[in-house]
Order: sequence, then structure tokens, then C-alpha cells
Amino acid sequence: MSLVNFTTREITCKIVYYGPGRSGKTTNLHYIYARVPDSRRGRMVSLATQTDRTLFFDFLPIDLGQISGFNTRFQLYTVPGQVYYNATRRLVLQGADGVVFVADSQARQLDENLESLQNLQSNLLEHGVDIRTMPLVMQYNKQDLPRELILSSADLDDALNFRGVQSFSADALHGVGVFETLKGVSEMVLKRLAAGSTA
Amino acid sequence: MTTALNTKYTFETFVVGTANRLAVTAGRTVAENPGSAYNPLFIYSGSGLGKTHLLMAIGQAAKALAPTLNVEYLTLDEYVEAFHAAIAAGQGDAFRRRFQNVDVLLVDDVQFLSNRKEMQSELLRLTEALQGVGHQIVLTSDRPPPEIADLDERLISRLSGGLVVDVGVPDYETRVAILRRKAEERGTTFQPGVLETVAGLEFANVRELMGALNRLVAFQAVHDQPINAEAAKQLLGAVAAAARAAAPIAPGVSPGPRTGDEFGAFLADVTVTVGKAVEAWRARVAEAILRWEGEGFRTRRLERLLEQETPAAVDEEIASFATDVERLKALAAEVGELDPQAAGESVFRDPERMREAEDAAAQMRAGVAPPPGPSGAFPLGAYAVGPSNEVAVSAVRAVLEHPGKKYNPLVLVGKSGLGKTHLLHALGGELARRNGAVVACLSTQAFIDELIAAIDGNRVDWWRARYRRATALLLDDIHLIAGKERTQEELFNLFNLLQDRERQLAFTAPAHPNTLSGIEARVVSRLEGGLVAELKEPDRTVKRTVLERLLTGQNVTAEPALLDYLADRPADSVRTLVGVAQRVVGAAVAEEVPLTAGLAREVLEGQSPREAQRAGGFRTSGIVVSSLGGIKSREKMVWDWPEVTDRLIEELR
Repeated sequence: MSLVNFTTREITCKIVYYGPGRSGKTTNLHYIYARVPDSRRGRMVSLATQTDRTLFFDFLPIDLGQISGFNTRFQLYTVPGQVYYNATRRLVLQGADGVVFVADSQARQLDENLESLQNLQSNLLEHGVDIRTMPLVMQYNKQDLPRELILSSADLDDALNFRGVQSFSADALHGVGVFETLKGVSEMVLKRLAAGSTA
Repeated sequence: MTTALNTKYTFETFVVGTANRLAVTAGRTVAENPGSAYNPLFIYSGSGLGKTHLLMAIGQAAKALAPTLNVEYLTLDEYVEAFHAAIAAGQGDAFRRRFQNVDVLLVDDVQFLSNRKEMQSELLRLTEALQGVGHQIVLTSDRPPPEIADLDERLISRLSGGLVVDVGVPDYETRVAILRRKAEERGTTFQPGVLETVAGLEFANVRELMGALNRLVAFQAVHDQPINAEAAKQLLGAVAAAARAAAPIAPGVSPGPRTGDEFGAFLADVTVTVGKAVEAWRARVAEAILRWEGEGFRTRRLERLLEQETPAAVDEEIASFATDVERLKALAAEVGELDPQAAGESVFRDPERMREAEDAAAQMRAGVAPPPGPSGAFPLGAYAVGPSNEVAVSAVRAVLEHPGKKYNPLVLVGKSGLGKTHLLHALGGELARRNGAVVACLSTQAFIDELIAAIDGNRVDWWRARYRRATALLLDDIHLIAGKERTQEELFNLFNLLQDRERQLAFTAPAHPNTLSGIEARVVSRLEGGLVAELKEPDRTVKRTVLERLLTGQNVTAEPALLDYLADRPADSVRTLVGVAQRVVGAAVAEEVPLTAGLAREVLEGQSPREAQRAGGFRTSGIVVSSLGGIKSREKMVWDWPEVTDRLIEELR
């Protein structure tokens, strides 16, 4: 997918929320969905199982309107976190312009976080993308839980963020850090425009 | 009843940003082409974001472009009040008529239509009427039509039928721009960073932002020292904090600003990022594309620029595109006069096909035969002027100085034979000399006949187009349209169209238009609306001039006594006078005697010998053989009565 189409004067950003199951990716999208005016958002497509797990993926298109003469659209996707849906994850990652890695801050979920991060790296490689070149931000979700259950942002940075990318503390359920994360990844993605990239 | 437009509220003083660009572009387009672009234009936004400013700016811009436009601004409440007053005074119809004549009607705050059924149906009727005659209506509200409570479905669809645009909360850059401009207007300077800090605070709308700025201006004035960014933040902190939602701050989470409009803030940030990322020239080209595309022009030429890496002379390209678009608009307008349907063809919307458009317009021009023009036989110089007709002649001269502006229409009235037709054609002839003039000058009967033939040949559009391109329309004997309903209808429309374009109209009639019967009041009132100039029975000066010219034209030398004698005889028209003179000339030729006052007296006062008259063969023929051998008609009057005795004998037999 091309980020900027000069012929049709469109900017399209595909941003994928990645992370282990139950880390809060869909919650991020729901929060955003609720705050985007009707006229700006498309229908949020969510395919969930009976127990509310994301079965396939969530998709939220947002129309930001004309910016500098370009019709700007964001497409937000989530991947199913459960390990056995890897084929879907790889599919959704295809053509992504940016990735938000949503980590579960609970101490006991650290391994799942690490595993998912590695999975992200390998899936990107499958598409021939080096994770170091992909605009990526980390979101440490569920920071509202009792301190004894969670790792602090600093701890999580140490454990997961070995590339030193931008990271955000969040409580997606209440919206804390949701838009900050989206803004962070968007800026990274859009800055690639300045480099003249039409990737 | 209506409010005058505030001169401070113009497009020039309106700071344009992403949130209001569409509304401003639509507003400008409407001001440039009232009634044709987006009708109605419905602008909605929250309070304090510039609806009223924009509405008044549209009115002022429209007025600046076409000063003759009737532009009215009023709030819905004023409208309601006026309506109630009119109903109470029994003037409901007059009220409706008054608003139906407005060219650009600007109605503010229509959200107050909620629960006002009778006003809703009144507004519906007015909108329909204005749209019907191509007049513009622009409305503002704090919400889109479907969200105005209890609004009639028909009104919703009518109001949404044109263009509905919103004015959003300005983004950070726009807020900074607004603050800078307002600070400049107030003549206050702030330390660097102060205005940027204020713009960074959360205010619900521009009005509150202005409030904050005012506070800073006041603070700076009182303390007599420049305020810095930090102090400004503290001063305004309380205000901004109140605007923030009380977000639940969880343990361990750094409190982020969770304001009421997180999406709006996000959008503003993205706009800044994109603005920095997209090269400035691309943004300019893209915005130009948006604008022209919005007006229905093909923008492929500009789009190709975007496909290049670094095109040269971008601004020149945009300017040349704009020039071409203007030319296309002019061509389409010209063609539209000749054939309204042809003006809608795609060639007039595509700046890549300029040559084709020019060719199409040229073809159209060539294909339409000009309407009948004035006769060259009636030069203005040959018109005899005297006290009896000098008002009419000076009116004609005034018209020639300012065609279409001074006396429009000019109606020449007077009895038959006083020279109305001559004067009308003389006017037409002078007007036709001007560059690009297309003067239609013909008798009303010919005008009617042409229309009938056009109806018969199913080419009324073509017929209309012929007359619509006329720079002047002059109709002789306008009273002949009496009872011709269709001609009156066509003339009425043509009249209005030409008058609107300041093209000269002139007519002749035997009497004042308001005394003519069989003509619709609306036509009569239009005829009376300019100058009605009367031609009276020829005075001595006129008569003498006419006689001199007549006799000189026939190579006859006349003694002054003859001219005086003839000029002193009563004549109710120039035509009678010419007939009398011809008789005298004829008698002189027949009797082979010099043309003298004595002969004239003999001929006209019946003292000539009977034999001579009989030998002349003039008896009751009604035809006069002139000295030059030409035959001219004259009044059919018996001037050679037989002797009474002869008649008696005849009757006795």
C-alpha cells in the first residue's frame, strides 16, 4: 500500500495494533471509535468470538478530511492476540505503515509480551520488513491495576523496549494514553512523508 | 428590519485553517456566483467559531463583486418578528414579496426554528421561491439540519439539498494565526512564545480564545510590563483547567491531558505533521485542485504536477490554470446566452481543451444570425429638431452617451407621422456603430411574426438567444403587442434580462404606455419605468427644416417666402407637411411655372383655374407625380371639388 498517492491526492496510513491476547488492543480501538465524530469514522468491523476474543481482526477507518489538500485517512487494525491465529496476524501486517505494540503490564504476562514481540519481528520479516525500519511505538496498558500486579513503565522499557522506541503508559479502558499512543505512531508514520518516501 | 452588514466581517479578516477551509471556499464560491453554485448553502458550527463572520463576509463579497445585488442579512428571530408584525398588520403578502426580491438572503441562527411550525413552512416557501428564481440563500445554525429538533422533513431535505458545511474548532496553527492577527489589530505586542502558549491551551471556541487574549492585553496594560509565556499560562490556567474534563487518573499513570475533544486535538496534531511533511508546493497544488474541482472543472493538468518529483514553475502553472478557468467561464457565459444547453458541455469545464472551447464558442457565435438591425435610411443628423421634439432628441443623445444606464427604457410617444420611427432607427444606427454592438431594431409586428415562426419551427430557444445577445433592443409601435400574450411574456423576460445587463431598451408608442389597452400591467410598468418622451406636433422650426431638406433633396430652389408660407400653415404631422409640399411641387411641374408662394397659395387655397387643374390630371388620384418623375403617396383627400352647379345638373339628370 502506498502511503501517499499524489494522483488521487490521498494519504492513507495503515496502523496495526499488535500484542498478546487480552492486552487491550481492541479496547484502544473502541475508545478511539467512541471519540471520533460520526461523520469522520466508518463502521468498525469487529469479528469476535462468543467470549469476546478477537477472532479475525478489528478494523476502524477514520477520515481526517482534507489536510494540506490531501484527503487523509487512517485505517486502524488489531490482530488477534491468541497464538494460533498467526496466519491472520501476518495477513493484517501486510502493508502496515506503523505498528503499536500493546503490552500487558501485568507482571505475569511478561513472557506473553516477549513472545508476541518476537512474533511481530518474524512476521514482519516474512513480508521482507526489518522491524528497525518500521515506525513502532510501545504502549504499556493496564497501568491502572494495583502496583503489586504490574510492572512499571520503566521496568517494561527495560524488559521489552530494547530498541528504545517511544513508549506510553496507558489505561485503555478509561482512555488514558490512547490518543497519545495514536499520535505518537502517526507522527512517526507521517514523518516518512517528509523524507520523500512513498513506501 | 434587516441588519446592516458589519464591515469588519470580511473574508480578508477571516483566518482560514483546516477546520473552516471548506466553509470559506464554499462561501467565496457562493459570493462569486450567487444562486448558481451551492443553493442553499448551509453552514453550521458550535458557538463562537465564526458563522456570523462568514455569513456577513459572503454578503460583502457578493456586494463588492456586483454592487447592484440586493443583499440582506438577518437573524431568524428578526425574520420571525418581522413576519409576525406583517401578519398583524395584514401585510403577509407584501412581506413575502419583499423577501422574494432579495438576490442574496443571509439568515443567521436558524436552529431557533425548533417548534415553530408556521415559520418552518414560511421559510420552506421562501427557500423554494428564491431557488425558483435563482436567488441565493445562505443559512447558519449551530447544528446540521437533521439535528434541529422538530424540523419539517421537507425543510430538512430542502436545506440539505445545496451544500451543508461545518466550521470546526480551529487547529493550533490557526489559533496562533488568529491570536497574532487580533493582537495586531489591538496594537499590542507580546513576548515571543506568549501567543503560542495561549493557543496551546484548550478553549472551546474562538470567542473564548478572544476572551483570553483580552485578559492578557488588559494584564499587560495594567502592569505596564510585558507578560511572558509562563505568566500567561498561569494567568489563564484557571480558565483552561475548567475546560478540561475531570479525567480519572489511575495510580502509576502519568496524568495526560484528557480533554473533551481528544480527537480534535489529535486531528490538529496530524494536520501539523502532514503540513510539515507535505512539501509546500504540493499543498498549494492540491488546494488549487480542490478548489477548481469543487467548481466542476477538470483538474488533470494540475494533477500531473503532483505526479512529478520537483516540477518547475508551480505557481505559474496554477496561475495559468486559473486564467484558463476564467476564460472558460467567460466562454460558457457567452455561449449560455446563445444556447443555455450548450454552455453545460464538458468542453467548457476542461482547461486542457481550451482550443476546442474557443472553437465551439466561435461556431456558436457564427451560427446565430444577428437580429434585424436599424435601417440606414434614418440618420440622426437628418432629424429636424425644434422645440416640439427637443426633449425626445436630447433624451436620445443622453442615451447615446450612457447606453443602458441613463434612460432605460426610453419610450418615444406621439401621434403618427411625427418622426418616432425615424428617431428610433437613428438611435439604433448610432448605437450600432459601437464596437461589438448587436442592435436589434425592428417593428413590433416583425418581432411578433418572428416569434410565431420560431414557435412554429420549434426553435424558440434559438430565437430567444438571438435577442439575448443584443446590446440594445429597439421596438417600433410597441402597442401592437396588445393582446399577444406570449409575445408579452417573452418581451417581459427579455426586457428584464437586458435591463439587468444594462443594455439599452427603446420603444415607440402612439400614446403613454399606461393609456394603452391590452398590455399586461407588468409590461406597462416596465415601459413607464425609464423615460417616456413625447413628440408634439411639429413647430415652425421643424417644419421649415423639413421643407428645406425636402426641396433641396429634389433639386428644387424655393424662395424663402414659399418656405415661410408652408411652415406657417397648420400641419398635424411631418407627414402631412411633406404631402402638402409635394402637391405644390407637383402643381409647379404640371403647369411649368416657377415654384412660388403665390402658386402654393393658389394650389392650397383653391384659387387655381379649373382647366389647369383638370389638365393636370390630379383629380382624386391620391398620387402625386413629383418633378423628378418619382411617384409618392400622399393623403387621400379630395382637394379638387367640381363646381356646385355641375353637381346639381348631374344629380338632376
